[in-house]
Amino acid sequence: MIAIQNYVRAQSLEEAWELNQKKRNRVIGGMLWLKMGRGSVNTAIDLCDLGLDTIEETDGEFTIGAMVTLRQLELHPGLNAYTQGAMAKAVKDIVGVQFRNIATVGGSIWGRFGFSDVLTVFLSMECYVKLHKGGILPLEEFVNRKYDRDILVGLIVKKVPARFSYQAMRIQRTDFPVITCALSDLHGEIRACIGARPNKAMVIRGSRELSPAAFAEEAARQAPTGSNIRGSAAYRSHLIRVLTQRALEEIGGTT
Amino acid sequence: MEISLTLNGKLIKDNIDADLLLIDFLRSHGCYSVKRGCETANCGLCTVLMDGKPILSCSMLAARAAGHQVQTLEGLQEEAKEFVGFIADQGADQCGFCNPGFVMNTIALLRENPDPTDDEIRAYLAGNLCRCSGYDGQLRGIRNFLNSRK
Amino acid sequence: MEEKELKSVGKSVRKKDSMQLLLGKPVYTEDVTGDALVVKLLRSPHPNALVETINTAAAKKVPGVVEIFTWEDVPGNRFAIAGQTFPEPSPYDRLIIDRHVRFVGDVVAIIAAETEKAALKAMKLIKVTYQVLPAVLDFHTAKDNPVLVHPEEDWYPPCPVGGDNKRNLVASDSCQDGDVDAVMADCPIVLEHTFHTKAFNQAMMETFRTYCDMDRYGRLHVVSSTQIVFHCRRIIATALGIPKSQVRVEKPRIGGGFGAKQTAVCEIYPAFVTWKTGRASRLVYTRQEAQIAGSPRHEMEIKVRLGADRDGKIRALDLYTLSNSGAYGEHGPTTVGLSGHKSIPLYTGSLEAFRFGYDVVYTNLQSAGAYRGYGATQGIFALESMVNELAEKLGMDPTVLREKNMVRQGMVMPAYYGEVASACALDKCMAHCKELFHWDEKYPVRDMGGGKVRTAGVAMAMQGSCISSLDVGSATVKLTEEGGYNLLIGAADMGTGCDTILSQMVAEHMDCHVDQVAVFGADTDASPYDSGSYASSTTYITGKAVELACDKLKKQMCLIGAEILGCSEAEVEFENGRVIRPGTGETVAPEQIGVKSQLFNTHPAEATATHSSPVSPPPYMVGMVEIELDKLTGQVTVLDYMAVVDCGIPINPALARIQTEGGIVQGIGHTLMENVTYRGGCPAERSLMQYKIPTRLDMGKLTVEFEHSHEPTGPFGAKSIGEIVINTPAPALAHAIYRATGVWHRELPITPEQIAMNQK
Repeated sequence: MIAIQNYVRAQSLEEAWELNQKKRNRVIGGMLWLKMGRGSVNTAIDLCDLGLDTIEETDGEFTIGAMVTLRQLELHPGLNAYTQGAMAKAVKDIVGVQFRNIATVGGSIWGRFGFSDVLTVFLSMECYVKLHKGGILPLEEFVNRKYDRDILVGLIVKKVPARFSYQAMRIQRTDFPVITCALSDLHGEIRACIGARPNKAMVIRGSRELSPAAFAEEAARQAPTGSNIRGSAAYRSHLIRVLTQRALEEIGGTT
Repeated sequence: MEISLTLNGKLIKDNIDADLLLIDFLRSHGCYSVKRGCETANCGLCTVLMDGKPILSCSMLAARAAGHQVQTLEGLQEEAKEFVGFIADQGADQCGFCNPGFVMNTIALLRENPDPTDDEIRAYLAGNLCRCSGYDGQLRGIRNFLNSRK
Repeated sequence: MEEKELKSVGKSVRKKDSMQLLLGKPVYTEDVTGDALVVKLLRSPHPNALVETINTAAAKKVPGVVEIFTWEDVPGNRFAIAGQTFPEPSPYDRLIIDRHVRFVGDVVAIIAAETEKAALKAMKLIKVTYQVLPAVLDFHTAKDNPVLVHPEEDWYPPCPVGGDNKRNLVASDSCQDGDVDAVMADCPIVLEHTFHTKAFNQAMMETFRTYCDMDRYGRLHVVSSTQIVFHCRRIIATALGIPKSQVRVEKPRIGGGFGAKQTAVCEIYPAFVTWKTGRASRLVYTRQEAQIAGSPRHEMEIKVRLGADRDGKIRALDLYTLSNSGAYGEHGPTTVGLSGHKSIPLYTGSLEAFRFGYDVVYTNLQSAGAYRGYGATQGIFALESMVNELAEKLGMDPTVLREKNMVRQGMVMPAYYGEVASACALDKCMAHCKELFHWDEKYPVRDMGGGKVRTAGVAMAMQGSCISSLDVGSATVKLTEEGGYNLLIGAADMGTGCDTILSQMVAEHMDCHVDQVAVFGADTDASPYDSGSYASSTTYITGKAVELACDKLKKQMCLIGAEILGCSEAEVEFENGRVIRPGTGETVAPEQIGVKSQLFNTHPAEATATHSSPVSPPPYMVGMVEIELDKLTGQVTVLDYMAVVDCGIPINPALARIQTEGGIVQGIGHTLMENVTYRGGCPAERSLMQYKIPTRLDMGKLTVEFEHSHEPTGPFGAKSIGEIVINTPAPALAHAIYRATGVWHRELPITPEQIAMNQK
């Protein structure tokens, strides 16, 4: 269990950002991962008073606050209508309802965890992160940035007409995935987002020209995999092939 | 630090460490139904309701719960009594250690979805581990309760 | 028992504690004990090392730290922490803290502090230098390895079990019946394979925990989550070097045990703290401690040779088991025996000869212990898989093959110590399960499209109902003044419902309602002696003690009743819950006797009886599983698990059913998802985040039914149920996976990766 000396509910993003400039201070999300650390935090910065716990939908986009829980994502009718249920499918096997009621999208995205279903599924969308100082940038770019002391305010998902499919392999149903695969057809561009490799999710692009089998093969070739207790690199590469092809078939990638 | 929160309908004030977890706060205030089964947010034994939503009290800072409504099984005895007898009839209580978290999450389920299907029950309660019963007896108990209301 | 309609036995009454448990009342060790010193254990990071120096000076200065104990502070006498009857088969190979640490997690120091924070802070400040020694981490290399896990001269085996610490041997033996080699040579079909099962963890929801204080007489009072209060008393007294009369052990409600709490895993540490400091103390294991320093199943490798005729007659079986006891020998010499003696007898019907040999070895890994099934689970996985292989090789329906060979009512079982199958409905279980399951429809492989196939597998199992000629169960039954009864037992209800089942028996014998029976257990000061709740023995052994105690109490009640009626004892008898005088038609109600028993009375209105059995009648079971297997991902989805069990007469059918369902799901967990891998000698699966037990989405639909047999030596014809139920999932699932993929998996767990990446 991590040790925490002080707890502050920031009253503005600026206050949160100021506090977060000190190295031993930390912004807390759902705290599910952070809690298990062994280190020590001087001041835990809670964003819970900043109204970042809503999903707003307009004709053109979704604005998702950093403190929105995974359960909110799972139940949001607009997000699920837009993603053909891929949003709910991506999060519904994460531990349990009680867990998803506290795990936040901000925590998941900021952490850029290898095992993250959340990161995988958002990468398949036209998705941007909003940082307090860093402004708005594509999630795909944010994923590969170094950890800094900025504050993640939320996500913006553009409602580009698209088809989505979410696939994941789990040994036990609520466990971390062995591999995740979020596939989308965004204005003709096919994206396969592969996570739990076990490294963090990455995007592989293709086109409708390729057959599902050929694209799946290409995804498996491009996505580096590694081994851990849940599976070997070879098995993960095999799963990328299987799940990418299934996802493509699900969104009607073949004719 | 000073905090106050509403525990089972009663306003509680306390002076706590910043890293005190809600589970330990609750047990120190006599809510022994709240159990710890792991340190990794995997078992569901510590489930309580915060503002009516089921959460893991092992992963929530007491400080973050300040200002909120927290309910434990101690405060929901009557609501629990409506259905737990049906689980007892199956013998599915077994060792009982997972029961409070399971009962709390079942309360949350039935508030959210008063007439769930078996698959909806399994999905909602998936985060409540039980090593004794094999789960089916718990399901039969809930099913019998739901049928008794029809 | 004469033919009589039963009123309480055979009924699915609620557990006596169920509403307390379901409403979250404070009934467990941590709930019922007060303020106490927090005990934490500093554990070795090395699998094999000597503590060269240990400096606690800085740690002791942490505010709130009360005491820190190291190897220099503890008694030098070795003992065993296995909960077994004295003299234990397990070797005396432990000290409270040993300078020689033998696995990652072995105890180096005991810290007692006012708060957890202080204890943890102190733990970081203890400075230890280790002389790191080479470690034995592969159990195949343990026997006669130059590295000795227990080189000490004072290693002591209380029983002759073939162990030798200078060879890393905990135990070794072999036995046979008939000429195996000759029969095998005569068999046209001989199959030989090796099977491997791992050190699966019980993962009961309540980890190990113990509270201690000094009672009003200055004795050590221990409140512990244990299955074995009397063995605990002996183990603690032995470890501390104090008289057993100075120790009292009681158990409150237990949050699951499954055998883990048949070993005194954590009791001695707070006991030592309280004895030394005079202050109350409490030790609660973290989940991580329960995973890396608990008492899991013995890892076993089992080599099976099976000789058969072409028509499927199984004529010879030859088993050799290598068992990994880990760093200490708890339950090592005994679990291994079941791998042969509770698998081979299943084929008594046709067997002409068998041989069974074993070695149990020390390694520098977590010490193993007792886990539901206790060796039988491992042996049955091996043998039942082998029989399924034979069926597939012969192209014979595996249920038909079993019907040709299985043990049946009345047979003498040479591989089961020559016991007679006095109550055996295994054949009926098979017929019943086949019909229930629709075996003929589900056994063929069906292609569901998209790379998915459905098919089925089958296995049989047996277990015992006690340790024959050894286990002792006792019960005290007392009459109350309103005509109800108190039942005192030393057996431990760990959620299984034995408090209720034994109360049902009292109600049946005394002809009262179950609600009129109050039950109490278990407390070494108050309960009559009982070996404890393990070896599937509580219903069978303690249940019989209840019957005997009730018979005695009836006699006592007749004595008092006769006094009330002013007649001789010979003129009265106990019938329909009261004392009657047939000659006159007079009756005395139990409440009258209860009141009289407290007024100018010299006859105790209570009775204690003790029981032991020379036999251990096996329960039998058939399990069938239907799976859907995704050939591309390797994922196995359990669709239906059906089982038919012969546990004699179920005393409480609802509880027997739940026991079965729970055991099946644990078995599914071990087979498909619970893995044990090591990093530097320590399990990598050290939390419930990594050690994945089944959720309610992982087990499919369960259907459990019973076939009754009547065991003449059991209470109301009952045998055991608690352990056998974990034995069929592994072989049945391995069978179904073979059907789906054409590959036999002989190591557990069978993960999706192994399935997907090893297909024909």
